[in-house]
Amino acid sequence: MNFDFSDDQQAIKRTAHDLLADRFKPDTVRELAEGERYDDAHWGEIAELGWAGIAIDEAHGGQGLGMVELAILAEELGYTVAPVPFLSNAAGGIAIQHAGSDAQRERLLPGIASGDARATAGLLRRNGVAALVPDADSAATIVLFDAEGAGGIVLDAADCEIEPLATIDQTRRYARVTPRDGAGEPLGGDTGPALDRIATVVSAEIVGVAQKTLEMAVEYARDRQQFGRPIGAYQGVSHRCADMLRETESARSTAYWAAWAADAEPETLPIAAAMAKALASDAGWNVTASALQVHGGIGFTWEHDLHFLLKRAKVDGALFGSASQHRERVAALSGLG
Amino acid sequence: MDLTLSPSEQAFADELRGWLAENKPGEEPSGDEAAWDFRLAWQRRLHEQGYAGLSWPEEFGGRGATLIEQAIFGEEMARAKAPMAANLLGLVMGGPVVIAHGTQEQKQRYLEPILSGEEIWCQGFSEPESGSDLASLKTRAVKDGDEWVVTGQKVWTTFAHHAKWCMLVARTDQDAPKHQGMTYFLMDMEQEAVQVRPLRQITGEEEFNELFIEEARIPDANVVGGVGNGWAVAITTLMHERAGLGAGSAASVKIALGQLIELAKENGVADDPVIRQKIAALLIETEALRLNAWRGLTQIMKTGIPGPEGSLPKLQWSAVNQGLTELAVAIQGEEGVLRDSDWTYRFLRARANSIEGGTTEILKNIIAERVLNLPRLR
Repeated sequence: MNFDFSDDQQAIKRTAHDLLADRFKPDTVRELAEGERYDDAHWGEIAELGWAGIAIDEAHGGQGLGMVELAILAEELGYTVAPVPFLSNAAGGIAIQHAGSDAQRERLLPGIASGDARATAGLLRRNGVAALVPDADSAATIVLFDAEGAGGIVLDAADCEIEPLATIDQTRRYARVTPRDGAGEPLGGDTGPALDRIATVVSAEIVGVAQKTLEMAVEYARDRQQFGRPIGAYQGVSHRCADMLRETESARSTAYWAAWAADAEPETLPIAAAMAKALASDAGWNVTASALQVHGGIGFTWEHDLHFLLKRAKVDGALFGSASQHRERVAALSGLG
Repeated sequence: MDLTLSPSEQAFADELRGWLAENKPGEEPSGDEAAWDFRLAWQRRLHEQGYAGLSWPEEFGGRGATLIEQAIFGEEMARAKAPMAANLLGLVMGGPVVIAHGTQEQKQRYLEPILSGEEIWCQGFSEPESGSDLASLKTRAVKDGDEWVVTGQKVWTTFAHHAKWCMLVARTDQDAPKHQGMTYFLMDMEQEAVQVRPLRQITGEEEFNELFIEEARIPDANVVGGVGNGWAVAITTLMHERAGLGAGSAASVKIALGQLIELAKENGVADDPVIRQKIAALLIETEALRLNAWRGLTQIMKTGIPGPEGSLPKLQWSAVNQGLTELAVAIQGEEGVLRDSDWTYRFLRARANSIEGGTTEILKNIIAERVLNLPRLR
C-alpha cells in the first residue's frame, strides 16, 4: 500500500507546477481569457514536452505513461487555469486509444500525441447535437459518444457543423457540434472505459482548480483585517476553509484512486470514476464559491482573478456527466438496481 | 502509487482472516453485563493470538504492527463484526502513554495486565466545566509526603465501573498558565474516595459515568511523564485515539450502508431518485473517508508527519454515520419512530458521534489552525 506518487511522478508534478507557474501568470491568463484565445506558442511547448501524448502508447508516438501521470498534468493545468487545448486533446486521445479500432489508433493517435492534429470528445444527445464540446473549433478529429447508449462515432471536424459558444468559462473554447447526416465512422470498441477515464481526467483538473482557490481564500483570510483581527480567526470563516479542505482532499483522493484503478485495477474503474466525478463536480463549485464568499466584495469583481477559476470549475462540473448523473451511476452500481 | 497490499501486508491480512474464520466473534449478547463479559472474553482471545497490543512494540508484548497493518486490522475486525475489546482505552491510550512517557517500573507493572484485560483502564479527562476546553480543568492534586491528594469531578468516563486504573489529568500548580501546571496520574479506582455514578444516555444505556473524587490518594510513583507535563502527555493519548479510527470506521460504515440499501428495497423506495441520490452521496463520502485515511497513513509512514487529509476521517465518519442512520429512519416513515428497533438505536447513538473524541467544531478549529495555518481566535 503506497497511496502517494512515485519519485518519477513527483518529478513530473514538480516540473509541471514550476513551468506552468511561469508560463501562466495571472496576467497572461487574464489577457488570453479576455481575448478568448490561446497562444500557439504555449501549445507548441506543451507538445514539445510530450504532454499531449503522455498516456498514449509509444508505438503511436506517445510517452507510454499512465493515467496517474495524465491526472497529475491535468491537476497542475487546472491549478493555473491554463488556456490551452490540453484537456480536450487528452479526452480525444483517450477516446481513440481505449474505444477506437486498431485502424483508428494507427491513423489518429500519432497526430494527437504530437499535438499536430488535435482531437476532442463530447457527448451526442438524442437530438443529434453535442451541446458542449471543448475546443471543437480547432480540433482535427471529433469523437462523439452516444450520451444515452453505448456507442460512438469518430468524425473529421470538416464533417461537422461547429458553432462556437460563449460560455461563462473564457479560459477555454467550447462549441456545439452537429455531425452531418451519415458522417463519421463508428468507434471500434467498448466506450465505457474511455468515458470513465475522461471523467477521471476532468475530475483531476477540477482538483487543481479547487486547490488554487482554497489557497487564495486561506491567504486572504490571513491578511484581511476586520473588527481588529484577521477574518480567518473567526470560525464563520475558518470553518468554511476547513470544509473547503475536506472537499478538495476528498476529491483529490478519489480522483487519484480512479486514475490508479484505470491502469492497475480496471474492474474498479467504473465505480471509482463515477465517484470521482460526482465528488469533483460538487467540490469544484462548492470550494470556488466558498472562496468567493471568503473574499467578500473584491471576489465579485472582474479585476480579481477568482472568477476565472470559479467559472472553469462550473463548466468542468457539467462536462462528461454532472454530479447527480454520476451519483445515479453509483447507485446503479451499488446494488440499488 | 500502488493501492494494493504489499506481499507482507497481504500475508498479515490473510493470517488475520484465517484466524477470524476459525474464531468467529459471534453475536454480542444484550444487557450491559453480558455484553461486558463477551467483550472481555474477546480480548482474551485477541491477546492469546498476540493481536491485543497490535501497535505496541514487541518488547512490551505487542506486535509492532505498521500503520497499514493496524488499518487492515481495523477493516477486518469491522467486517467480522467483532466486538470492541473490553480494555479498549488501555490498549489504544493507556498502554501507548506508558510506553512513551512511563518509567521502567511503570512499564513492568502496568503493560501486561492491560493486554490480558486483567486490569481495565478508564480515562479521567473531561469535567462538567471542561469539555472541549480541556486545559481549563479544575480537579486538584496536592502533594502530601510521597502521595498526592486529589479532589474534583470527572465526566464521560467510559467503563469506569469496571476499571482498576484511571488516566487522570489534574491541576498540580494553580498559579501556572493553564496548559502548564497539569499532571498525568494513574489513579487506583478501588478506593472509597472515588465514587462512580452511571450516566444514562438518550439511548437509555449507561455507557458513560461521572466520577466524584473526594481526597483520593495517588502515590507519587504513579505520576506519568513528570509533574507539570500533563497536557503534553494527555495530547499523546488523544492523538492515539484519533489515529485508531479511519480505515476501520469506513469499513463499518460501509457495512451499514449495505444494510441501508436492503432497507430501501424492503420499503419499496430503491427506485426513488431522491433516495438513490442520497444513498449514493453517502457511499461516495464513505469511499472518500476510506481513501483519505489510507492516503494519510501513507504520508505518516513516509514522512512521519500527517498530511492534511489525515485530519479528515473522524469528521467525515461522524457526518456519514449520522446521515445514514437519519436516512434509515426516514425511509421507514411512521415505523421509523418505534423504540424497539436496531436502526432507532443506531440513529440515536449516532448523535454522539460528532461530539465524542473531539467535536466537529474542535476538529475544524484544528484543521484551520494546524493544517491551514489560519490565525487563532484566542
